[in-house]
Amino acid sequence: MAGKTLTIALMDPPYESANSTTAFRLISAALKKGINVNVFAYEGAVSLPIKDQAPHANPVKGTSIEEEDHPNTKTFVSSLLELGKENPLLNWVNCGLCVDERGATNVVEGVKRGSPADFLKMAQESTNTLVIPTK
Amino acid sequence: MKILNIVESAYRATLEEQDDTILWLSRNLKNAGAELNILLRGNAVNYLVKQECPPLVIGSVAIKHPARPNEDISKLLEKGAQVYAVTEDLKDRGIDEGDCVSGVQLTSRRDVAEVMDQHDQVWHW
Repeated sequence: MAGKTLTIALMDPPYESANSTTAFRLISAALKKGINVNVFAYEGAVSLPIKDQAPHANPVKGTSIEEEDHPNTKTFVSSLLELGKENPLLNWVNCGLCVDERGATNVVEGVKRGSPADFLKMAQESTNTLVIPTK
Repeated sequence: MKILNIVESAYRATLEEQDDTILWLSRNLKNAGAELNILLRGNAVNYLVKQECPPLVIGSVAIKHPARPNEDISKLLEKGAQVYAVTEDLKDRGIDEGDCVSGVQLTSRRDVAEVMDQHDQVWHW
């Protein structure tokens, strides 16, 4: 990878904290600045790109699916992968063992299966590494 | 059965959810007929401050309908829920009562037990 590369390790599952939204924002900002990004999705974060996620209506507000217009986390991941499809490049790796534990196998296109060894390699080849852990 | 929902975790995935999950659940239960009141404590007292979430775009995907805690609280009040907030938690965060939505009953920490005692079940989120 030419230029700067940032590796980000994520742990939080979708819809549980602001951490994943913050990570999405950082990834988006980095890619828009031309910085390559590696993501190692560990533990619950492997569920962020699950393809089976579906938007829903909001019965409390009385809004339909269309009115609610609620992007799921898989949509954010797909959008970021589209933004980082070549130069800059977004390389998203889901931890395979974490995937197996959760049955989180059906993920959006572009998400790869890997292992902690991939995380180490990504970190070694990066300008820096940011860990966003579950607290 | 009177329920007291104590909301302490705030802004927990509210961008991804487009709602605060416990205010949403409270409204849902209220609509289902629950006799339910709310106590905001800790960081959740910030939900009283008049606020507007700025637009957010991730990649090319926008969050167009962010959580609106002020509106949720107003709707709960309209439905007859009592909304309490812990005074010391507002003061600890430098929040002036004048910056908060109206209709909320401020209570001191020492009186929280009394508020709990007025309810049959207390759910602490």
